[in-house]
Amino acid sequence: MESPEQIRERILAGFPGAEVTVAANPSPSDQRSLVVGAANGREIARFLRDDEVLKLDYCSNVTGVDWPEKEIIEAVRVELPDPSGGPPKIVEKKVKRVQPGCLEAVYHLYSMARGIGPVILRMRTANRGDRVTLPSLTPIWRSCEFQEREVFDLFGIVFEGHPDLRRILMWDELKDHPMRKDYVAPDDFEWEPTPHDAVLARAARHFQDPTPAEAPRSGAKEGAP
Amino acid sequence: MIENLSSPLVSPAGARVRPVQDAFHGDLLEVSMGPHHPSTHGVFRMMVTLDGEAIVRLKPVFGYLHRNHEKLGENTTYLGSMPYTDRLDYLNSMTNNWAYALAVEKLIGQPVPERAEYVRVILAELTRLQNHTCLAGFLMQDCGCSGTPLMYAFRERERILDLFESLSGSRMMCNYQRFGGCRVDPGPEWLDAVRGLVEGYGAFLDEYEALLTGNEIVMARTQGVGRLKPDLAVSAGITGPMLRAAGVPYDIRKVDGYGIYPRFSFRVPLGDHGDTYDRYMIRVLEARESISILRQALKDIPAGPIIDPKSRLRGLRPKAGEAYGRIEGPKGEIGFYLISDGGPNPHRYRVRAPSFVNLTLLEDLCLGHTVADAVVILGSIDIVLGEVDR
Repeated sequence: MESPEQIRERILAGFPGAEVTVAANPSPSDQRSLVVGAANGREIARFLRDDEVLKLDYCSNVTGVDWPEKEIIEAVRVELPDPSGGPPKIVEKKVKRVQPGCLEAVYHLYSMARGIGPVILRMRTANRGDRVTLPSLTPIWRSCEFQEREVFDLFGIVFEGHPDLRRILMWDELKDHPMRKDYVAPDDFEWEPTPHDAVLARAARHFQDPTPAEAPRSGAKEGAP
Repeated sequence: MIENLSSPLVSPAGARVRPVQDAFHGDLLEVSMGPHHPSTHGVFRMMVTLDGEAIVRLKPVFGYLHRNHEKLGENTTYLGSMPYTDRLDYLNSMTNNWAYALAVEKLIGQPVPERAEYVRVILAELTRLQNHTCLAGFLMQDCGCSGTPLMYAFRERERILDLFESLSGSRMMCNYQRFGGCRVDPGPEWLDAVRGLVEGYGAFLDEYEALLTGNEIVMARTQGVGRLKPDLAVSAGITGPMLRAAGVPYDIRKVDGYGIYPRFSFRVPLGDHGDTYDRYMIRVLEARESISILRQALKDIPAGPIIDPKSRLRGLRPKAGEAYGRIEGPKGEIGFYLISDGGPNPHRYRVRAPSFVNLTLLEDLCLGHTVADAVVILGSIDIVLGEVDR
């Protein structure tokens, strides 16, 4: 199979000026991916599907990845001019840099006709806001239909051009997107079989003052029957 | 709920539009099938729009068994996710374990000893045997053939689950595979028990087929029902027996050759029509091929370590990077996609569930058929809701 660099060259030949880079993958799996700009995303996907050499007719896996904003501390070498006129001093300085966060949609493409793969396609949103959009690839591969709905549901990426973009696993009224890294699970246990504080208060009283329960108490308000 | 449809009935493929109202067609009826209905194989729900008895629209509703498995995976260590994978497709925990172990092994470049590879193949094929046998039983139950075929299937499945239990300690939640091998070494008695089971399984399949394959009622209920075209199946990412029943020769055991599958000779059965009957037949034929693989594996299994002694299980911190590992599960391609940021937990843990993706075409297969046929078609897709909803 062609290397990601070769595929990139051929994409750039077909789409001059398109935004395509090869993302590194230092792990031993050696599955590098093509990062494609959202502007040409769908055309490039169609090109990969219809290309005679690759014929990536099968989109196996669609998923989202959340990359939160990250603070990176880098060591930078700075030249300090020597006031006495000697050679400049080289000093290592630590510089804080904020890497902006983004949401990513990842597509694992295979070819059933050629028996090759995976070619990994990634598209990135500009930021991690509420209504971030990416082009939908459901018109290219039907298998994206439910999987993109899932990414929309759990990550909040709005896929433009999707025929039926609704929540799929969570309920429709939910506002949040649970797979985002900054999601906080709600503390909304609505129903408590026994009001807990009342039970604990009664237990505490029991151990402090084990008088019969029939004795009337002033001010004790018990929630439990 | 009676619905007088004003919106056009266009399936997401964009092609099918049925004329809805004319002199002979009255109001459309919208029926909610499931989630609590035995024919939906769990808590699956279909919103079906009916014109008389014919289905004109079908929208699956997911999520009744959703527990955000992937978030759990992100909050657990790599080893800690292994028992959770049992709960995805709870009929086939051994293959789920293998797919996850394979993804992690790709991520960290972990070799697997010879004996463990053989044991993995044996367990995966046993899993396939019991899944396909059960599926045939469930399908017949969905056809209305109450009891006998399902009980025959469960009798055989029970024998395989006994083997799983004696090896891993649990019938269904096996939690058996590890990164770089397997957890327990199967003794010679266990391998002999598998040999005995494998030798008897062909006779069981013969008996089962004598009951079902040429059965006139089974043929009437399944032939020509839910036909799947190969090009649509490929585009929709259908995998496993359902894809091969449509005539597409794609088996990940052959294509990827993961593990030691290239060493075994086996055939990939293909269907001609892509209908429900073909999907049933493919399962029976694949079960026969599994028996052949099992015979070869049990003949050749070498002695040696069951797990790489250098493999790191607890405190595993893979280098930053990502890997996608997939295997041919009994239901189709089951894959795990892992992204590591160098920490003890994965940054992203994704399950590519075959049942979930195979449901993409449920509406296309059911359009124009009756409700009773929809039940049979759903049965032939072979879903497990633990995996669909994750």
